[in-house]
Amino acid sequence: MTGGFHSQLQAPIIGYEMPTGREPQARVSEADALSGGVVVHELDAWYGSFQALRSVDLLVAPKRITAVIGPSGCGKSTFIRCLNRMHEVVPGARASGQVLLRGEDIYGSSVDAVGVRRRVGMVFQKPNPFPTMSVFDNVAAGLRLNGFLVRRSQTAEAVEKGLRQAALWDEVKDKLNRPATELSGGQQQRLCIARALAVEPEVVLMDEPCSALDPVATLRIEELMRELAKEYTIVIVTHNMQQAARVSHFTAVMMMAEDRAGEMIEFGATEEIFTKPKDKRTEDYITGRFG
Amino acid sequence: MSISTYRRRRATNAVMLGLCAASAFAAVGVLLLILGFVLANGIRSLNLDFFTHMPSPAGESGGGVANSIAGSFLTVGLAALIGIPMGVGAGIFLSEYAGHRLGDVIRFTADVLTGVPSIVVGIVVYGLIVLRMGNFSALAAGIALAIIMLPIVARSSEEMLRLVPHSQREAALALGISRWRTILSVVMPAAQRGLVTGGLLAVARAAGETAPLIFTALGNRFMNLSVTGGPIDALPLRIWRYGIGPYDEWHQQAWAASFVLVLTVFVISLTARLLLRRR
Repeated sequence: MTGGFHSQLQAPIIGYEMPTGREPQARVSEADALSGGVVVHELDAWYGSFQALRSVDLLVAPKRITAVIGPSGCGKSTFIRCLNRMHEVVPGARASGQVLLRGEDIYGSSVDAVGVRRRVGMVFQKPNPFPTMSVFDNVAAGLRLNGFLVRRSQTAEAVEKGLRQAALWDEVKDKLNRPATELSGGQQQRLCIARALAVEPEVVLMDEPCSALDPVATLRIEELMRELAKEYTIVIVTHNMQQAARVSHFTAVMMMAEDRAGEMIEFGATEEIFTKPKDKRTEDYITGRFG
Repeated sequence: MSISTYRRRRATNAVMLGLCAASAFAAVGVLLLILGFVLANGIRSLNLDFFTHMPSPAGESGGGVANSIAGSFLTVGLAALIGIPMGVGAGIFLSEYAGHRLGDVIRFTADVLTGVPSIVVGIVVYGLIVLRMGNFSALAAGIALAIIMLPIVARSSEEMLRLVPHSQREAALALGISRWRTILSVVMPAAQRGLVTGGLLAVARAAGETAPLIFTALGNRFMNLSVTGGPIDALPLRIWRYGIGPYDEWHQQAWAASFVLVLTVFVISLTARLLLRRR
């Protein structure tokens, strides 16, 4: 049964708040997803001749956290990388289908992938600050290297804002000129979040952002995500079901088909997915029977 | 296994290990031998005049090789100016853009180019540039040396750029930074030291080349600092001229010039290694 997770949802870790605005029976309407979220329609993705995603549909609600869970190799990372056209960076990789950002298809023929990535930020599995840059320069990188800002004061403002949003400002305000590699792993990951936020994206993608972090750093990132959800639309891939249960408003479950192509098998409010899954495979997965 | 077999094997092992170690030390020893030998023979001519004066007329004592040193700087400088940017560019293309098949073709070509005898490079540049320009020049020599440097710089740059983790490129691309900006501002700074090292090693290699200069720089007893105007001297050429000449004075100057050249190349290589080592 799913009792374990149910009780976890009812009595979360002490001092741990549920994400605001989480409703047990919430639904995402297409209109909502179009207004500030993401609409994914019949998305396919390949690596060479291998199909990694098949006909994925998803409605991402604006200013909510949508978690994508599923067993290893089911295409979660491929899926999230399709949302900012990072998938095609891999040689031989391609995707087709529709991904609508405020109604505009990011796979449209006239759309520039580089422009899409400015609107849809991404945080990776392992913290990857630029080792040759200082803390400050890391956060400023997205602005400077895009040629957005010229005035120093503007850059400084944006960097401070990004670091504050990433709940890192107080820890690094005295070492802005130190190399980013001197920070701890958790701080580095929050620096990467600050770096992504500094370009003011509409959507933030997080690809297993805590998998390389210890539990304390993980909780800090989760807290941060709940805070960020007030302003940003967030999609997080996680192999950690408890994490999905703790932070997300909505949960999407992916599974591998017979030919190893990833499919979206179930989507709904997080409470529903973890307490009353409709699909047998979801139930098996979240109760730990496989995956 | 009998005791005698065991003893025999241990002895064989010791002998072979000793031979290997001796070979390794011999390699180091050869460099010391070269440095020592050229120093011992050239020390009498090594003085300030050697660096600041022009060659004295044949048969007269004294004089220096200032024109050769200046010429070497000029030709190798031109070669670096042409060869390093092109080499790094090729390295960037190989590491960041080229697909498997195209990359392999270019890499193979570069390796073949590394193996082309340098005298052949000289004669080709003679045919293509010197004949067309109507005279020998520092520019022709620089181009010949640049051709020698090009594959070295290209392959070392490629290797160094490849060492930069893929996650760095992804981090930049995901910020909406364009590909060329990512390479210029994220990948290249991370590989900076390696790139400099590759360039320095190529410069060291070019500085010692003689054959390509014979048909391009020709050599000149007088100071010439013009890029396109006429024959120019270089240290390796001066060593060659003096070495095969009939005067003792010349021979000694050739030794001294050899020492200066070997030491320069040695110092450049050492700098390159140290740069790469420091973290």
